[in-house]
Amino acid sequence: MNPYHPHLLDRRLGVARGVLWATMGVLAVAFFRTQILEHGKYQLQSETNRLRPIPLPAPRGVILDRNGRVLAENVPGYTVSLLPAEEVTLRRILGRIAPIVRLDSAGIDRVLVRYRRAPYLPALVLADAPFDMVSALEERRLLFPGLLIQPEPKRYYPDSSLAAHLIGYVGEATETERAQRRFAPVRLGGLVGKDGLERQYDDSLRGGDGVRFIEVSALGHVVREAGAAPTLKPVPGTPLHTALDLDLQRYIGEIFPAGQRGALLALNPNTGEVLALYSAPAFNPNAFVGGVNPEYWRRLNESETHPLLNRAIQARYPPGSTWKLAVAAMALKRGVVTFRSRMPIPCRGGLAYGNRYFRCWEPAGHGALTLSEAIAQSCDVYFYQLGLKLGLTSLLEDASQWGLRARTGIDLPGETASEFPSGIAYYDRAYGPRRWTSAVTLNLAIGQGENAQTLVDMVRLYQMLASDGRSRSPYVVHPAATGDVGADMELTAPQLAGLRQAMINVVQQGTARSAGRVGAMSIAGKTGSAQNPHGPAHGWFIGFAPADKPEIVVGAIVEHAQHGSGVAPLVARVIARYLGADTTVARTIRLALPTDTAPHARDILPGAPADTASVRDTVPLDTVPSDTTHAVTPPPDR
Amino acid sequence: MLSRLRRIDKPLVGVTVALLSYGLAALYSAGQTDVPTIAATIWQKQIVWIAVGLTALVLVSRVSPRLVEWATPYAYGATVLLLLVTLVVGTGAGTAAGSRSWLAIGGLRVGQPAELAKLAVILMLARWLAARREAPATLRDLLPPGVIVGVPFALVLLQPDLGSAVVFIAILFAMLFWAGTKPSLLVLLASPAIGLILAFSTVAWGIWIALLCGLLLWWRPYVWEGLAVMAANVAMGIVALPFWKALAPYQQSRLLTFLNPEVDPRKTGWHIIQSKVAIGSGGFLGKGFTHGPQKRLAFLPAQHTDFIFPVVGEELGFVGVLAALALFAALILVMLRIARRAPDPYSSLCVFGIAGMLFTHIIENVGMTVKLLPITGIPLPFFSYGGSFLLACSLAVGIVLRVAWESRRSGYAES
Repeated sequence: MNPYHPHLLDRRLGVARGVLWATMGVLAVAFFRTQILEHGKYQLQSETNRLRPIPLPAPRGVILDRNGRVLAENVPGYTVSLLPAEEVTLRRILGRIAPIVRLDSAGIDRVLVRYRRAPYLPALVLADAPFDMVSALEERRLLFPGLLIQPEPKRYYPDSSLAAHLIGYVGEATETERAQRRFAPVRLGGLVGKDGLERQYDDSLRGGDGVRFIEVSALGHVVREAGAAPTLKPVPGTPLHTALDLDLQRYIGEIFPAGQRGALLALNPNTGEVLALYSAPAFNPNAFVGGVNPEYWRRLNESETHPLLNRAIQARYPPGSTWKLAVAAMALKRGVVTFRSRMPIPCRGGLAYGNRYFRCWEPAGHGALTLSEAIAQSCDVYFYQLGLKLGLTSLLEDASQWGLRARTGIDLPGETASEFPSGIAYYDRAYGPRRWTSAVTLNLAIGQGENAQTLVDMVRLYQMLASDGRSRSPYVVHPAATGDVGADMELTAPQLAGLRQAMINVVQQGTARSAGRVGAMSIAGKTGSAQNPHGPAHGWFIGFAPADKPEIVVGAIVEHAQHGSGVAPLVARVIARYLGADTTVARTIRLALPTDTAPHARDILPGAPADTASVRDTVPLDTVPSDTTHAVTPPPDR
Repeated sequence: MLSRLRRIDKPLVGVTVALLSYGLAALYSAGQTDVPTIAATIWQKQIVWIAVGLTALVLVSRVSPRLVEWATPYAYGATVLLLLVTLVVGTGAGTAAGSRSWLAIGGLRVGQPAELAKLAVILMLARWLAARREAPATLRDLLPPGVIVGVPFALVLLQPDLGSAVVFIAILFAMLFWAGTKPSLLVLLASPAIGLILAFSTVAWGIWIALLCGLLLWWRPYVWEGLAVMAANVAMGIVALPFWKALAPYQQSRLLTFLNPEVDPRKTGWHIIQSKVAIGSGGFLGKGFTHGPQKRLAFLPAQHTDFIFPVVGEELGFVGVLAALALFAALILVMLRIARRAPDPYSSLCVFGIAGMLFTHIIENVGMTVKLLPITGIPLPFFSYGGSFLLACSLAVGIVLRVAWESRRSGYAES
């Protein structure tokens, strides 16, 4: 039969048409699935293919002083980064770009490490590129595919190191930080506050990063910088209004003894506002912007002077005679004494207690004194007896209640708690039950012994005395929500007035007498010197003015200043400056007294067994080092 | 003259013109990129090729099928010779730079003989099949057609160009079918190839051999033919692994990538992933003519040749894809109608062979862009840029046009 018979051809034609329709149908279904059903998936892939997200860093909130003057601001800066590509490509481009951005091989490795952590983000090459480098790169742009130069706000501290400890500094968020809930919104390579206010108020200062998309070709070249996809604008950080007085802070920076270590803290006694906080030596927070130079970081950390330590809140010192006001206040509160009370034994240069002889700082003796006079003269013999009369239990109890063994809750990170025994049990633990005597009370009564206070804790004690006897937590921006806010000394108004008068006498006739009157204004205050194993005693002075209605309380400690009398003029000048009085008078203040701290107690019988004696009255001084509380922070990640 | 024109098959001309226009528009768009590519001005060159092709089309349509039939052996011999020459002095191009599929004169690539060889094979097969009084009934009858296709097939496979080689096989089966060969014979003919594919799984191969035994007992061919089929299948099972190893690495990886494109998304899988992304992101109406971002940013590979269809998919969406598929389907249907009404077996077989060739190209090319088929470097008729293939398509349409004209003139079809 002819295979081309029309009937047979029609049958084959039918089969061929069937095959055609079937295959076209399969193709149509395949395209329907890809283009209609899976459109969303491929649309997304198409966009991730060609769009690269570029973070737009939010400008951090400015930090302002109480008069609106700038403590920390942002200036225009440039970052240099490379768009993500294959690692080999990135390495090659880095090799080409290295001579221009002055990057050594270690720096190239750092960039690559950073890239590996977030291969989808631009790899940061240089966080803070100077303008000439930026223009050099722009000229050679074609040589570096994927080069991205972004204007980015850069942190700037106009007063440099002046308030470095208070304001803090910023740095790139570390892996550990980003693992915390608080820093969860921070992108990789984003900046966070590392210390001070920058750290404390990072949440509001930080703002929210934006993002823009640039379009790249299959080869990773930037095709379109803008308009490829909607940009998410960054939300700038909130400005931070602090209570700080920049004028005062600058003045302190000028007059603080050069080359000395120490700290100064000024509070408004009626509110707790921090008016000035100065710690020396300081560091330059601008050096941390764009990644700290490792050499500088090493120097800061290895320096014996610990410049990163905020001595106002992170260092503990034996309070010395400044503590006597606390003991006097406790005794008055408990009605143990009045201002006219005299102690049974007048001062003859020392007091025998048990088998030990506790000396007064004045070997000649002060004679019989009232409480007011004893404060003014800082008589140790009087306070030995007052401490005994008050009793160890009461002393420990009141110190605890007044927050003298706790943090003040100042709104700055890393505050150290003061050290003070919590109760009798402390001594049982330290020396064993019955192996100590109430001789410890004598040391505690004059600010020695197991007692180490931070400057801020001591200044708060005087703030209570300078106001209505109630404590107000020191704060720079907001009062702390927690902590022992509102501890009350429970002193009557006349008692407070009497204590203030005694302190005025300190300045006018007592240990700091030439700090005296500044103009028409009276300053009340108390000196102290703290013995320490590292060298000459540290000098304390805490004062407030005007004495009748205090507006400022200032405390200062200068390490190894021999005694507090040298510190008094410093504080007096700060107070005078704040209150607008003539500071020239304060500058001429000279102090007459060498020291007001009692020398060590001596054994009365040299041959007597020194069994427990040595531990009874002397503090193991190593427990109160002034500068071992420094919390070493890890180097910021560059 | 006017009467000649009136006898022209208007649907065929219409569909061809529509496809050429659509293809040229897609090619123009493929050149509109944000990064410089060689495809930028390629549409202008394509216009020149279209002019050349149309000229050839008109010329061929003026040639009597008898003359074509007479010239067929010479044309066949010439293309086989060209393929041999290509194998010796040929060069590669583009992504397949390692193969020898281009013929170059003085460094200028003039064409791919394989494309013209397809047409020559169709004509030669038609001549041999039409010369017989009855359909091939035994495997022995299939030997001559096997040789006619086998020689150019082997030469193309050696280039190597797997995609085109597959087209030769498809042409053979299509034309044997149209010549009235029994389906059972076609299955037996295809069985070694099926056996080869299934040989990669021992279980599947075992089932296949068992099934084949059943089929042989049922259909009852000559004993020696049955034995030959069995032997060929068993031999395929044995040579499968050496054959796999003989494949070029790029062929191996393409096959593997077809099975799992995510294996190597940056290299081999790149083509298929980017192709699907472009098509899928097009959605229903597409991103607009010349506005496809995947294409603009050069994410699509070979967007002016093998992967031109994703450009259509991305920019004109599902609607554009359906329109293109409809035009292709219309072209094949018109050709089937012409093949059915051709005045003589030779013409009919030629037309059906041409339809089969175009159909295979369309399915292979479009199928690979949506991952229905493995990637083979095969052009899409009327869309992909390429002189030789456009010329081959034009010649083919010219032949079909002439056949349609002949059948109308002789009254096989209404005017």
